[in-house]
Amino acid sequence: MPELVITVARFGFLILLWIFVFTVVGVIRRDLFAGARSSRLVAAPRAVGASTGQPGAKPAKVKRGRAAHQLVVTAGQLAGTRITLGEAQITIGRAEDSTLVITDDYASARHARLVPREGQWFVEDLGSTNGTYLDRAKVTGPTPVPLGVPIRIGRTSLELRP
Amino acid sequence: MTAAATPAPSPATTGEQPGVRLARSRRNSELSLLLLAMVLVAAYGATVEANVLDTVTPDFWVPAAALGLVFLGLHLVIRWLAPFADPALLPAVALLNGIGVGFLRRYDLARATPTEREDLAIFAGTGGRQLAWTLAAVVLAAGLLALMRDHRSLSRYAYTLGLAGIVLVMIPAVLPGRFSEINGAKLWIRFGGFQIQPGEFAKLALLAFFAYYLVRKREVLSLASRRVLGIDFPRGRDLGPVLVVWLISILVLVFEKDLGTSLLYFGMFVVTLYIATERVSWLLIGLTLFFGGAYLAYVLGASVGGPFANFYDRAQIWLDPFAEPYDRGYQLVQGLLTLGTGGLFGAGPGGGQPTLLPEVQTDFIFAGIGEEIGLLGLSALLVTYLLIVERGLRAALEVRDSFGKLLAGGLAFTLGLQVFVIIGGISKLIPLTGQTTPFLSAGGSSLMANWLLIAVLLRVSDGARRPVAAGGVAARPTGTPPEQLHGAPTEVIRP
Repeated sequence: MPELVITVARFGFLILLWIFVFTVVGVIRRDLFAGARSSRLVAAPRAVGASTGQPGAKPAKVKRGRAAHQLVVTAGQLAGTRITLGEAQITIGRAEDSTLVITDDYASARHARLVPREGQWFVEDLGSTNGTYLDRAKVTGPTPVPLGVPIRIGRTSLELRP
Repeated sequence: MTAAATPAPSPATTGEQPGVRLARSRRNSELSLLLLAMVLVAAYGATVEANVLDTVTPDFWVPAAALGLVFLGLHLVIRWLAPFADPALLPAVALLNGIGVGFLRRYDLARATPTEREDLAIFAGTGGRQLAWTLAAVVLAAGLLALMRDHRSLSRYAYTLGLAGIVLVMIPAVLPGRFSEINGAKLWIRFGGFQIQPGEFAKLALLAFFAYYLVRKREVLSLASRRVLGIDFPRGRDLGPVLVVWLISILVLVFEKDLGTSLLYFGMFVVTLYIATERVSWLLIGLTLFFGGAYLAYVLGASVGGPFANFYDRAQIWLDPFAEPYDRGYQLVQGLLTLGTGGLFGAGPGGGQPTLLPEVQTDFIFAGIGEEIGLLGLSALLVTYLLIVERGLRAALEVRDSFGKLLAGGLAFTLGLQVFVIIGGISKLIPLTGQTTPFLSAGGSSLMANWLLIAVLLRVSDGARRPVAAGGVAARPTGTPPEQLHGAPTEVIRP
């Protein structure tokens, strides 16, 4: 084997090794970046302002474009956490099998749940000790949740976002 | 007004359907990274042959292709069973494993006579055995992915796993030396020509137990505390379990004569405790206890000897390896010289002399590889380890249940700690102990245990990244209907 080939192979291998490392970093970066872009989008919800324009709007008449797509924790230990909503119900509480496990001292193991019905999300208290509040009102039965209105559980607050 | 308020989706929101962001599984990125890793392994093999044999044999690509097929199989299993798992884990581990097999094959070439070199069979020698072990380990990892569809199902066997872990740790200590001792460390079970290192598997079992135990106890451990000097210290009676684990790790140190394993178990527990309670005081208590214990063992080794003598010896070698460079310090001195010979760029794959270094196929593999790929290559490998650990911690951050958080965080940290313990040992940062370098060192037990660890991390990261819409977290793995939430008990913690 000529000396030149061996030298090229020797340094080529090192370069290839680092190319691999940077490609892996690139994949990880793209993964993070995808999340960042979507969070910027969520940070400016249009729904809060828009809902004041039509005060009498019934929840059942929710339009396709303004259906809630994300549940965002706005206050409390988990602030910043977001869950993408689908068809499944979201359970909230300190129990391990909750969809959103909150470590809030004032929350019960199974505190509340969010259930979708015909495009509208309903919040329901599951007999918690300290109660669930939709904005200021205590939740007693299944209550429709408008976009951008805080659901308060202990020190944690959650909002639906488009 | 109403029409104007109904927004047309802006370009940025077109993909903003429920679950679209999280549903990006990135399996194709994983596949291309995996191919790149295998190209690297093949290139390594070719360079080795060019250097050692002075020619590249027509089937230099066979080991790389065999590994590639195995990893491709695991990739397909992931596509099928854990479609949202982290895409960076498998390729990074595959690269390390491939380089390990390649280096061991290179070591076989160095030891073989010139006539044997020309036709070294694919499953021959340490390299071939490592290749076979990789096959078995990957199959085991795939099996774990298939059996464990949700990482939370692991918590059901927590106490069984904890007991199994303790038994596995204790077996080598109890067995007579001729069945369990290799090179002064009693870490093995030997029968016939076959040996396994039960501690490698005990690591995983104990961690699952720690995670479960701490999830149950985190409230009392993190809420009840006394404030001293601005740091919250736990109450005396809550220290019990930590002291028990500390005692076990000291017993391991004394009876199995292995500082690395004992450091590994104790570090694992302290860090899971820290993750569970978010209290820095646990780290301080842990470090104080460990260093105090190690120092005590050193002093006892100097004065009393007996079971502590081995540790005292190792500490002496560490403090001054050049005192007896041809005797007790030989291995460490050779390792340091090997790393020095490698320099910045290394001698090129196949250009070094690994046969001069004792235990180059196991403990000192990192030094052996370092001689040939130099500091630049070694740092690439270290960054690869770092990325694996980072992805594990990332999965821990993203997963929604505390058991998963503790499990993934603890496993990722354990892997990192093991890399630190062995590489710190061969580079004379800490006393040398016989840990395996994960995925590189020859040895079936270590390879299998670490692939199982990766399988658990893949499973947790799948649970973490899977969108709720896909029924991932909300759905029950067994398909049983969810329990009546209305009837479920609630509990309160009053401040």
